[in-house]
Amino acid sequence: MATKTKAPVASYQDRYTRAERVRRLVTHIGLIGFGLAMLYPLLWMLSSSFKPTADIFSSPGLIPENLTPGNYSEGWTALQFPFHHYMLNSAIVVGGAIVGNLVGCSMAAYAFARLEFRGKRLFFAIMLATIMLPIHVVIVPQYILFSELGWINTFLPLIVPKLLATDGFFIFLMVQFIRGLPRDLDEAARIDGCGHVRIFCQIILPLSMPALATSAIFTFIWTWNDFFSQLIFLIDPEMYTVPVALRTFVDSTSQTSWGPLFAMSIVALGPVFGFFLAGQRYLVKGIATTGIK
Amino acid sequence: MSALLQRRPAKTSESPAATGPRRRVGKAPTPGKQRRENLAAYGFLTPWFIGLVCITAGPLLASLYFSFTDYNLIGDYGWVGLDNYERMFTDERLHTSLKVTFIYVFVSVPLQLAMALALAMILDRGVRGLPLYRSVYYLPSLLGGSVAIAILWRQVFGAEGLINQVLAFFGIQGEGWVSHPDYALGTLIVLNVWTFGAPMVIFLAGLRQIPAMYYEAAEVDGAGPVRRFWHITVPMLTPIIFFNMVLQFINAFQTFTQAFIVSSGTGGPSDSTLFYTLYLYQRGFGDFEMGYASAMAWLLLMIIGGFTAVNFLASKYWVFYGD
Repeated sequence: MATKTKAPVASYQDRYTRAERVRRLVTHIGLIGFGLAMLYPLLWMLSSSFKPTADIFSSPGLIPENLTPGNYSEGWTALQFPFHHYMLNSAIVVGGAIVGNLVGCSMAAYAFARLEFRGKRLFFAIMLATIMLPIHVVIVPQYILFSELGWINTFLPLIVPKLLATDGFFIFLMVQFIRGLPRDLDEAARIDGCGHVRIFCQIILPLSMPALATSAIFTFIWTWNDFFSQLIFLIDPEMYTVPVALRTFVDSTSQTSWGPLFAMSIVALGPVFGFFLAGQRYLVKGIATTGIK
Repeated sequence: MSALLQRRPAKTSESPAATGPRRRVGKAPTPGKQRRENLAAYGFLTPWFIGLVCITAGPLLASLYFSFTDYNLIGDYGWVGLDNYERMFTDERLHTSLKVTFIYVFVSVPLQLAMALALAMILDRGVRGLPLYRSVYYLPSLLGGSVAIAILWRQVFGAEGLINQVLAFFGIQGEGWVSHPDYALGTLIVLNVWTFGAPMVIFLAGLRQIPAMYYEAAEVDGAGPVRRFWHITVPMLTPIIFFNMVLQFINAFQTFTQAFIVSSGTGGPSDSTLFYTLYLYQRGFGDFEMGYASAMAWLLLMIIGGFTAVNFLASKYWVFYGD
């Protein structure tokens, strides 16, 4: 009796796992195929950057028939300044923005997360509201202000606002993180006679490294990709950053120089991709906890 | 937005948000101590205060003022009352830009979110190699807003671009998608859908929060996958869906770079990619009609703000915050 009922159950389970295995295989094939389809344009641009321009418009395949690095050397010098000039400009803007965001936002975050003060609730609400403020609404007066200060065509309009903690998103991210740190540490430090500055510099900041890293990576990627404000504040080709330089490149490009244009686009995407690989852990955690981009 | 952002942390077991009445009850700080803490806090907030006055809130109010003037960066300017706003009623290009932007927002965001949710649900079923898939799908979100990707799009959907090469392989003669007024906007919608990775990651995190026992119980009661989706996954996920929706709508309203690059800054062909922000840029920084641009900026703010408010009000009827 017992054996009779057991046999069919076992075979049922067998069939189940086989079906399960097939289902998984199909899922993986689907996911890989979909991923490839999504990344195909990127991979194709990478391969096309090594093709002679004529081939870009004739071969949808990924393997270049005539492999040539010529596009890179041609694109590098195609604009008024060599491309590393623009990359250096971008690096200055991005570096300044990262330092600015880390300093300005962490200070504000410490106040919001750890201190009690008059008006805290109101200021916090205002800070959250500024996260959603479209830059287009404030860009005109900002432009007027910066031109009065003589800052147009310098990097200052792109860096100083970061130092003034105008990226509320990062304040919010750091507040969330600091709130999660045990209070015992700063209480103990306070009993030992530490002031707020020392608690902030020697306890909160070192413990907040993950949040600071997330902020730095996001700042890097967003500032490196940012086009709107760099387009508006940088006038002379000498001051151009990578996105603005690429824009003049594409506007001056005829059908014949897509190869060099692609090559420089790949160069422009490279650092973002590098930071993405290096900082994936922080990125995923950052999006999951705060939910932006 | 703030209510939503505040609601989420408040759910965790951390210390209460913002001003803690709990703390004040626990140990009332002496007046002197409280004053010192006030001073310290304002000290830490000094950069933020300056930024608020000079970079965000100040310019926000200033642009409201400029919207009632004919400011043009050089020369004199004067108060023109509601002229700029009246002009909007007869500005055909403004109407076009609104139409283009609304189509873009209301087509691309739902598609993008549906894609994000579908992929998140597939990945959530214990797929091996989840981190790898997640990274691959997430990558376009990081790159999507860049000039380089817009350049790529311009080629891929160009007359002799990648898409048409593939179509030609099947013997189909494709259009020059980016240069055709009927299709140019579509290519930008595709671009936005392509960046579904960021909301997908948020959905994944949300799906993790749904207790497995709900599904088990429903399965025992004989609910199939479709009913489990509609009666467990969707209701439990509504806060996340709502959150993603608000966020992506706000982002989509502000899209600029892609349209600018694909159309060389013109919004063409025949204004079919004239996004609102692109038109604002043309008015404010092409023609330096900064008074009018400020009025346009305030209209954008009101559209986004109004839309977000409606979203929040409507959320009462469909977002489920648990018990």
